[in-house]
Amino acid sequence: MSKESLDTQGTSGRSYWRSLEELSQTAEFRARLDREFPREAAEMRDPVSRRSFLKLMGASMALSSLVGCQFALKQPQEKIVPYVRQPEQVIPGRPLYFATSMAVQGYGIGLLAESHEGRPTKVDGNPDHPASLGSSDAWIQASVLTMYDPDRSQQILNAGKPATWADATAAIASAAQAAADGLRIISEPTSSPSVVAAIAGLSGAKWYQYDALSNDNVANGATLAFDRAVNTIYAFDKASVVVALDSDFTHGSPTSIRYSRDFASTRRLENDSLSMSRLYVAEPSPSNTGTMADHRLPIKAGDIAPMAQAIAAALGVAGVTAPTLSESVAKWVNVAVADLKAAAGKSIVIAGESQPAAVHALVHAINASLTNVGKTVTYTEAVISGPTGVASLKALVDEINAGAVKMLVIADANIAYNAPADINVAEALKKVPTVVHLGLYNDETAALANWHINGAHYLESWGDVRAFDGTVSLQQPLIAPLYDGKTFLEVVAVLAGNATATAYELLTTYWKSVQGTKDYAFDKQWQISLHDGTVAQTTAATIELTAKVGGEIPASGTGLELIFRPDPSLRDGSAANNGWLQEVPKPITKLVWDNTAQISLTTAQKLGVKNEDILELTYQGRSVKAPAYIVAGQVDDTIVVHLGFGRTQAGKVGTNVGFNSYALRGTETMWFGNGVEVKNTGVNYTLASTQEHFNLEGRDEDIYHTTTIAKLIEEKAHGEKGHKKHEIFSLFPAYDYSKGYQWGMSIDLNACNGCNACVVACQAENNIPVVGKDQIWRGREMQWIRIDTYFAGDSTNPSIYQQPIACMQCENAPCEIVCPVAATVHDEEGINNMVYNRCVGTKYCSNNCPYKVRRFNFFQYVDEETPSLKLQRNPDVTVRVRGVMEKCNYCLQRINESRIDADRENREIKDGEVITACQQACPSQAIVFGNINDKSSRVAKLKELDTKFTVLDSLNTKPRTSYMTKLTNPNIELSGKME
Amino acid sequence: MSIQSVERYQMAQVFNRRTNKIVRLSIFVGIPLVLILLSSAWWYYTRSDWIRDVGPANAKVQPGGGFSHQLHVGGLKMDCRYCHTGVELSSSANIPPIETCMGCHSQVLSKSTKLEFIRSSYTEDVPVQWNLVHDVPKFVYFNHSIHVAKGVGCSTCHGNLATMPVVYKTQALYMSWCLNCHRNPEQFLRPQSEIYNPAWQPPADQIAQGLILKQQYNIRSKLQLTNCSICHR
Repeated sequence: MSKESLDTQGTSGRSYWRSLEELSQTAEFRARLDREFPREAAEMRDPVSRRSFLKLMGASMALSSLVGCQFALKQPQEKIVPYVRQPEQVIPGRPLYFATSMAVQGYGIGLLAESHEGRPTKVDGNPDHPASLGSSDAWIQASVLTMYDPDRSQQILNAGKPATWADATAAIASAAQAAADGLRIISEPTSSPSVVAAIAGLSGAKWYQYDALSNDNVANGATLAFDRAVNTIYAFDKASVVVALDSDFTHGSPTSIRYSRDFASTRRLENDSLSMSRLYVAEPSPSNTGTMADHRLPIKAGDIAPMAQAIAAALGVAGVTAPTLSESVAKWVNVAVADLKAAAGKSIVIAGESQPAAVHALVHAINASLTNVGKTVTYTEAVISGPTGVASLKALVDEINAGAVKMLVIADANIAYNAPADINVAEALKKVPTVVHLGLYNDETAALANWHINGAHYLESWGDVRAFDGTVSLQQPLIAPLYDGKTFLEVVAVLAGNATATAYELLTTYWKSVQGTKDYAFDKQWQISLHDGTVAQTTAATIELTAKVGGEIPASGTGLELIFRPDPSLRDGSAANNGWLQEVPKPITKLVWDNTAQISLTTAQKLGVKNEDILELTYQGRSVKAPAYIVAGQVDDTIVVHLGFGRTQAGKVGTNVGFNSYALRGTETMWFGNGVEVKNTGVNYTLASTQEHFNLEGRDEDIYHTTTIAKLIEEKAHGEKGHKKHEIFSLFPAYDYSKGYQWGMSIDLNACNGCNACVVACQAENNIPVVGKDQIWRGREMQWIRIDTYFAGDSTNPSIYQQPIACMQCENAPCEIVCPVAATVHDEEGINNMVYNRCVGTKYCSNNCPYKVRRFNFFQYVDEETPSLKLQRNPDVTVRVRGVMEKCNYCLQRINESRIDADRENREIKDGEVITACQQACPSQAIVFGNINDKSSRVAKLKELDTKFTVLDSLNTKPRTSYMTKLTNPNIELSGKME
Repeated sequence: MSIQSVERYQMAQVFNRRTNKIVRLSIFVGIPLVLILLSSAWWYYTRSDWIRDVGPANAKVQPGGGFSHQLHVGGLKMDCRYCHTGVELSSSANIPPIETCMGCHSQVLSKSTKLEFIRSSYTEDVPVQWNLVHDVPKFVYFNHSIHVAKGVGCSTCHGNLATMPVVYKTQALYMSWCLNCHRNPEQFLRPQSEIYNPAWQPPADQIAQGLILKQQYNIRSKLQLTNCSICHR
């Protein structure tokens, strides 16, 4: 190997750190660094989760060892069972894809579900649907596991005892009749036109909608600004300057998939373009969007409002006076305003869901004064109508307490768990004579109901839902309900006295009445809508509106600020029993299986708090105990708690994981409030974070490249190449990879925001098991792709970088030369194959892998016993057992399918025909895969760009996965120098 | 004391001199013999027709006496694809649904007691559970469609089904057997017109013909066809 040091000119040689402990180089950190699997010998200090993990693992391990003991001279005889009547279009061995849609906080996301002989195994975005454009996110990817969750409610319960649907319908119908005007319905917000119409048809009934993460503030802000309900749509692809005020618009909302894609398109330097948008983010704690920012300002959530006022005043919005801001904030605002002015008509100012309504009204006025309305910001009629949010829940509880409610139907909303603590739902429900609960799980709310009806998952249901832009998409079932679950539409029909109609009949009857077409014409249109996944011409029309400033801007408070945030993985906690979501490392903190009280370093020092100390948080007289976690980039004097944990009746996976932060939430302080008291109990709690696993030993400049767009332009002008490379030679003879397909991947770090969609998509596609907190703590996570987070700069406001890392498919693969049994070998197409049947588990390959992407089955992690989980598995991928190594193989099963299809038709595989699972899921299209021997392929062209680099290039492993340099577009006024 | 006198006071030897020979014999001949016997037992056991159910003697007992390919393919000259509809499209050749049987047998032999199990399966909507005959391990992803598209006929792997009253294996389906063809496919390739001919016999100049066909079919190189990832994922 060459001893010459690599020239890293053109890429900053900045020094990265991955955790605050690394930054300060504590002794404990140094010790941990030396071990590959850091806690192999240690005992986990958290007895509860260790015990529950063993309990979970115990059953499957005992069973699998029994199976191993059976002695037989011959393989057992297997059966082959054909269909009696083979369904139309089904060809055994080939999956079918059906368009359907999933409701996320009431808004539809169009999906394509993959079905293997009637089993949906994976869902991905529907390319024709405006909210997904073919992408998805971790939440959607994990939804398929929820359907197969063995802990789902499997029967109708009456006062806790099994009952039949006939009993239930009779009881519900007569109770509804008796209740007359006292019938109330509460559901999660829904945009479903058929449900809205069905409920409107119930005379005397009142409908409330509540969702713990609902966009009340957004809706109320629009009402303040326009005196009517309005839906706002942003066109990030047309914006060159974006100012996000505490808005994580690229992650975790029904619009985030679309917005990620649109935003990433303005950051990408393909086709020789040298311009990119500029993003300003002001937020209290680093979010995914914050990591993408060119300028990120850590600021308390309560201080956003004065900032918005200052921006509005500087832009000359009538009726706004500028408040006094601190010097640094004022400078930041001035620079941002100057940029906004320069990009009038091509900019966006967006406020987050947690900001008060008045801020949203201000932002509407700001966008109007920037002439953005009609260009980057458009308004349509509201998609979800009727009362929603906490005001709605409060009104319902007030009605119950006034004795007006005789019967309450609760659909999906888990109000006993996720209501703010000052609304006592449990007490209120006792006052209602008949409570009917419909839901997927026998959860906290179901336990308080007289009747529990097991719900149907969206993959089992007929239904309809509207997207953020109003487009209607149909839900079609991929499988008959596993446990005969019912949909909301069916239950509403029972309330109306129609106990026998199926959801399909109700849905088609509704749409026939809407479209007013005759049977034949309707059927034809229906088939087209089902096939496309969207109903034609249902996109909401834009409306012209004039914004006015309104509402009271709350004064920014003093003292320690408590901030509530949806958990990045579990969101509101409704999917707490989903192991994939529990185990996916959260962006920034990389924590799994827990939520924490996040705190800044300075504040922690002030309060005498260390990582993993259990804090007692007291707020408005309510208190919870939460483990502390220090987060770089969080603003001082704030505590951020994530919602979605601390479930008491979620199921085997999600019960008693983390703490319940809803217990601190109040109706007036749904998102943040001042004056939280913190007491350090001094008790230690073990958290499992993957942040320091697989450390790459400080070879910074070889791992992550970053530069600024200004610098890149300068280099181009001087004709300099991005980075000069010296030839490195290998002692092994070179292999000729110039023929045939040669697979390669390019990951654009400029587009990646670390949303985890790829991680969960890979888990779904490749049958990757869930291992539990204890195993993760030992460094035994199994996800094939991980997202590394690097920080650079000072700990108060560091630059944060995300880097997805999976097997690089090195041409000179270090893993292959050390395997004693040739269980990992190269194939002709440049993929490092993993031959599970040869693997004897020496783990040498993992030791020798510089990228640390190999995963070992230390135990029988895969549950081979639970029947419903077996149904979920991808039949095209081997299920691995204990004792074998595994890793990413570029979705070999997809390559093979395409190769076979192409060979059968005697043609070459077309560019874009093979899409890996991670690439397909990625909302910002950061991952490109293809044949690098085909010089016209997109991936080959990307690999030609100057901004391309490979990780640990100096090791001469020749990875097939390359990266595009992370570019930022800082404003010189703020950055001060040409960095 | 002389040596002889010492001997007199000693006990008689337990083993006499000849035993040495037996010991030597058993060490140098017996143990190798046992090893050879054991290993050849293992060799024959693992390669026996019995363990892999090869040959008519090891035919599986099927529900209703099984489907006679001899009658349907040999006698009635039915094409393989009439029932095995997936063979050109999918990894699985597809065991036909009972509906396919009933397509004819609702008219032909509609009262036959032998076909009662087919009729009751159809009317009661309960599938027939056949015993699987040709099976590869679960980590092998065999694809029928690519093999028939590239000139590997049915009978190469499945034997002459036109002569089988009940299906049995004619090949043990070992990996070495797969590789034999993946390394040198010209030994087995046949023209597209003969793929579904159960009685096809290779011509005298098969290798020469096969090499021409290999070119025509665009068959990949030996190196590519023996990559692990071709069959294992």
